[in-house]
Amino acid sequence: MTRTPVGKGLGGSPKADGSPAGGFRQAMSWLHTWVGLTLGWVLFFIFLTGTVGYFDTEIDRWMQPELPQAQTGLNSTDTAQVLLERLRVEAPGADRWFLTLPAGRHQPYPGIFWQGASTKAGASATSGELQVNGNTGEPFSARDTGGGQLLYQMHWRLHYLSRTQADIIVGFATMFMLVALITGIIIHKKIFRDFFTFRPGKGQRSWLDAHNVLSVVALPFHLMITYSGLIFMGFSYMPLIVAAHYGVDDEARQQFISEVFDPPGLMGSAGESAPLIPLDDLIAVAEERWGEHRIRSIDIRHPGDGNARIIFYENIERRVASGGERLIFDGVSGELLHQVPPATSAAKGARDLFVGLHEGLFAPPVLRWLFFFSGLLGSGMIATGLVLWAVKRRQRMEKKHSLPHLGLRLVEKLNVGTVVGLPIGIAAYFWANRLLPVASVGRADWEVHLMFLAWLMVLIHAACRPNHRAWVEQLAIAGLAFGLLPLLNLLTTDRGLWHSLVANDWVFVGFDLTVLIVGLMSGWAAWQVWQKRPLIDAGGIAIKQGRSAQEFPGGQL
Amino acid sequence: MGLTGGRLASLVAAALVGGYALATAVGIFLGGILPMPRGEAALVGNLLSFAVYAGAVIWTFVVRRPVKVWLGLMIPACALVTGGLLLTGQAG
Repeated sequence: MTRTPVGKGLGGSPKADGSPAGGFRQAMSWLHTWVGLTLGWVLFFIFLTGTVGYFDTEIDRWMQPELPQAQTGLNSTDTAQVLLERLRVEAPGADRWFLTLPAGRHQPYPGIFWQGASTKAGASATSGELQVNGNTGEPFSARDTGGGQLLYQMHWRLHYLSRTQADIIVGFATMFMLVALITGIIIHKKIFRDFFTFRPGKGQRSWLDAHNVLSVVALPFHLMITYSGLIFMGFSYMPLIVAAHYGVDDEARQQFISEVFDPPGLMGSAGESAPLIPLDDLIAVAEERWGEHRIRSIDIRHPGDGNARIIFYENIERRVASGGERLIFDGVSGELLHQVPPATSAAKGARDLFVGLHEGLFAPPVLRWLFFFSGLLGSGMIATGLVLWAVKRRQRMEKKHSLPHLGLRLVEKLNVGTVVGLPIGIAAYFWANRLLPVASVGRADWEVHLMFLAWLMVLIHAACRPNHRAWVEQLAIAGLAFGLLPLLNLLTTDRGLWHSLVANDWVFVGFDLTVLIVGLMSGWAAWQVWQKRPLIDAGGIAIKQGRSAQEFPGGQL
Repeated sequence: MGLTGGRLASLVAAALVGGYALATAVGIFLGGILPMPRGEAALVGNLLSFAVYAGAVIWTFVVRRPVKVWLGLMIPACALVTGGLLLTGQAG
């Protein structure tokens, strides 16, 4: 595809409006271009925040430097006892008590969660959750923050939008992504040869090569992450399929969920109290079956009721598909009622596999980094696609000596303001975490507000500055914003890089080094783009310097 | 042959709305006819519906004739929904 003349490339026909002149591949090319562009910036946001989300727990921990190192490896029986005591204090009369054990990377601390507690009986709230220090039994106190969880949730919840609005936008964006991937594969005939083709310094060609390489190298990941994203939200996006067979009301929907997903043997409350069996023996049964420290959580339904049920969840690190085995005990007699395998049906198994691959919770460190890099490649694929759209039109326009139309200028501004602006916003989120007073009211909200305010400022900057200067300046800002984070961390906490290295605190070491590398690479990119600046002659006309001014993303000024 | 104005709008609407209708219809049909418990059948329909949606969008822009596209999406969609629901009734 890259060998075909420019006009028959991504834009369809040589016609100025880029409409297809006919032919299957031209049609695919046209569709690829426009589904890619229309929601491209939303897709970039989804991909980048989702990619960062592969390190959600690690970011959580960097953003709460008051917390100690992970408490994995605590004795399960003692920890469960501590958590149960805390639940008796915080949540008497609850419908559900949920105990999280520190089972691994995604659950570094013990925690509790409850629903339907009685404030009359002295509960601190009807529902709530707490992280508990497994050594002392006291709740942790740490700065209020959305942490890595919020950053990662943004990739489907967006922010400032209702759930429904976000679902609609993200749903269409993901579907556009799927169509863009399929059409991209169709128009990309020489998929293997092009993989080894990179022609730097050739303006539009180079951007096309970069786009191809980024797309092809992680194509299985791109397809997997897109389709599994749709499946993840499948019941929200395609509600009528279930509704046609069950009915449209919430109860019907709940019926479907419980038929397919709930473990068997759950019952409604009996209404008469009965003492909850101590957990010790049940934990012994579960650990004998799964191995020590492999209980992920303990879910108690109707604690203190005659129909109490206790569900043990196996840890998930040994299986790609989401979810492990479950054991269901009678909460009064302690009898083991059911052993539920991870997949109760082939259909659920298929869904779990996709969801598990998407979340990557099973992934040990090396694989986790591969997920992360694949996500970055996907973000880069979207970014280069967006830039390619603009560079191509800029080049065409210059050949005709015409002025850029409004659409082109808008795309150019949005490109720099999003591709570099969003990372700057994320850096601002981390800066806000360290600089906002720990005790200030609403600090968690303000961390996010500052992220979006920073991004807004960058977009305004992009709108005001010449395109080339905007790229240079914003890449330089990104370089400083990320590169100085380890210094900020050193100055505002007692967990600087050296301390973390000495303490073998690899989560903090990893965060500091990663942002440092991101900062250095942004700075290097700023320098590279600056080197390719167009010279301006006395008359204000840009003169091409060296190889081509079209190498940098903005084309000419 | 350029796609502009009303023709483009009609095709985009057909791809988004008609494609969605067909995808849902295929899901409902599979949920009705697959020989497995209805919850699982509905789940399979749900999992596959997105592939149908993507295919419908692509087909729309291969054909690029609004009337043909709308009919080509909506007639099978109606047939599949009717068939799926009728067959469910029989099985149940």
